[in-house]
Amino acid sequence: MKDALENRIEEFQDRVIAKRNMARAKDIPGWGMDADPENDPAYPMKHTNGADHQRFDYEKPPQQPLDMEVFHSIERPGVTRVFGTSTPPAGLSGAIRRYAYKYSEATATHWMTLILADRVDVIQGKLNDLKHGVLPNPWVERGWNAEWKYNRSAFIGKAATTALLITAGIMLLSKKNSSKQHSREW
Amino acid sequence: MLAMNFRGPYQIRADRNRPEPEIKHPMDAIVRVTRSLICGSDLHLYHGLVPDTRVGMTFGHEFTGIVEEVGSGVKKLKVGDHVLVPFNIACGSCPHCKQELYGNCHEANAEATAVGGFFGYAHTGGGYDGGQAEYVRVPYADVSPTVIPEGMDPENAVLLTDVVPTGYQAAEQGGIQKGDTVVVFGAGPVGLLAARFSWFFGAGRVIVIDELEYRLEFARKFAFAEAYNFREMDDPVVFLKKATDYFGADVCIDAVGCDATGSAFQNITGKGLLLQAGNATAFHWAVNSVKKGGIVSIIGVYGPPWNLVPLGSIMNKGITIRGNQASVKRLLPKMIDHIMSGRINPKEIITHRFPLEEIPDAYRMFSKKMDNIIKPLLIPPRANA
Ligand SMILES: [Zn+2]
Ligand SMILES: [Zn+2]
Repeated sequence: MKDALENRIEEFQDRVIAKRNMARAKDIPGWGMDADPENDPAYPMKHTNGADHQRFDYEKPPQQPLDMEVFHSIERPGVTRVFGTSTPPAGLSGAIRRYAYKYSEATATHWMTLILADRVDVIQGKLNDLKHGVLPNPWVERGWNAEWKYNRSAFIGKAATTALLITAGIMLLSKKNSSKQHSREW
Repeated sequence: MLAMNFRGPYQIRADRNRPEPEIKHPMDAIVRVTRSLICGSDLHLYHGLVPDTRVGMTFGHEFTGIVEEVGSGVKKLKVGDHVLVPFNIACGSCPHCKQELYGNCHEANAEATAVGGFFGYAHTGGGYDGGQAEYVRVPYADVSPTVIPEGMDPENAVLLTDVVPTGYQAAEQGGIQKGDTVVVFGAGPVGLLAARFSWFFGAGRVIVIDELEYRLEFARKFAFAEAYNFREMDDPVVFLKKATDYFGADVCIDAVGCDATGSAFQNITGKGLLLQAGNATAFHWAVNSVKKGGIVSIIGVYGPPWNLVPLGSIMNKGITIRGNQASVKRLLPKMIDHIMSGRINPKEIITHRFPLEEIPDAYRMFSKKMDNIIKPLLIPPRANA
């Protein structure tokens, strides 16, 4: 890139700009108010209070009743005292997830298997919708209203290309069919 | 009730037939949502990059609401309280919570030990339904949820649930010293706040790097930062080296995470082939642009667990790397003071307001950065009921 920023570098000299900023620091709300020279190399510093070495020996909240299937990482014993109940595992994706949770969080097997389960889950979701008479509405669910409103020309362009490809495909197919019919007539 | 319903990548529903949440544990509360936000990290879920995001989940970890019902073990919170609910679910009694590491609670996420418990953040975040809904179940209701201070703008209150403390912690983790040059990669809401708060730690120079002009303009106005488009550079690392007397920045903040752009190699390996947990361009730029002995602060979200990490540079350069989910409860008193004293008015970053019914459009617009969007707010129909 000919006029890339790094070729105009005189404008960006670090210490010059920093010095200028320090002089106008009073105009920047809050400047320096949380500065702490002890803050090096970085904090939050550990809030040392001996809690580390309690390990699992602390007063725990009561256990949320386990009334559904909850997976837990094999890196901890049992489930946490409280857990989410959003969407229990189900069907094929559930089985794949069950397999994934046999492996530790340190393995690609665990995470990649979960990603695979996520993709299977999408198909399961579509089948479930149909089973319950829910028709997915991609126009609304994919936010194409917003595309139509704010991104119309690009959106139409893309839609037109897609439509063109579909039309071309249909024409090609019908041509094939008509030539087939033609040959049959012969 | 009406709630967001995830149907697969790029496909979500504003579903009117979701069951209302129930008290499942004595320390639970049920909250009627008054405001919720869509977060940049929700986009990683929306794009299908976070493992164990199950079809049927409700997202949303940034919300305020009115307490409708409390479990028998809840002592402090009362029905009718208007609360801001930090995104981390924390028990308050485990060793991590006792050390104020509320983002790392040991009793909130059964599915993963490396990740805390979060509202609406896949089963990797504990499988909780989130606040992009009319009602939410809020566990450990006495620990993190905080009554909104009198006189606080409700839009500032909802930003306190994540982005304000997260932006602050990004700067805090950088260990910024007076006069330091800080580079923030990413001018999304958290990047903007990290840049703004860098001054609070006495930064001498704050540089924001992004690719979208409208966000760079926002960074100049809101965060008083220098803001540059990496598309106008041959190589952002070389630019930053040249601009810092060939030393490198004192502190680099990665406020992007796994959805980055800017490197074809990272894009193919991270987002195309899923050989690593997303695209780590911002992190690589941070490590390569920071000075020797400098600090890299990671606040961008990466999917667990592996990335192509530039280990050689980290070791040879003596870099300190800090990263964590923000400890919202720890930071709240300080953040409330900064807002109430008028040193910062974070709601300036809310650019779009949607009724909850229009959530698919809101996600699409935020994901594709339409109409100069910075931060979208959702208002449920029963917000004021
Ligand atoms: Zn967030
Ligand atoms: Zn805890």
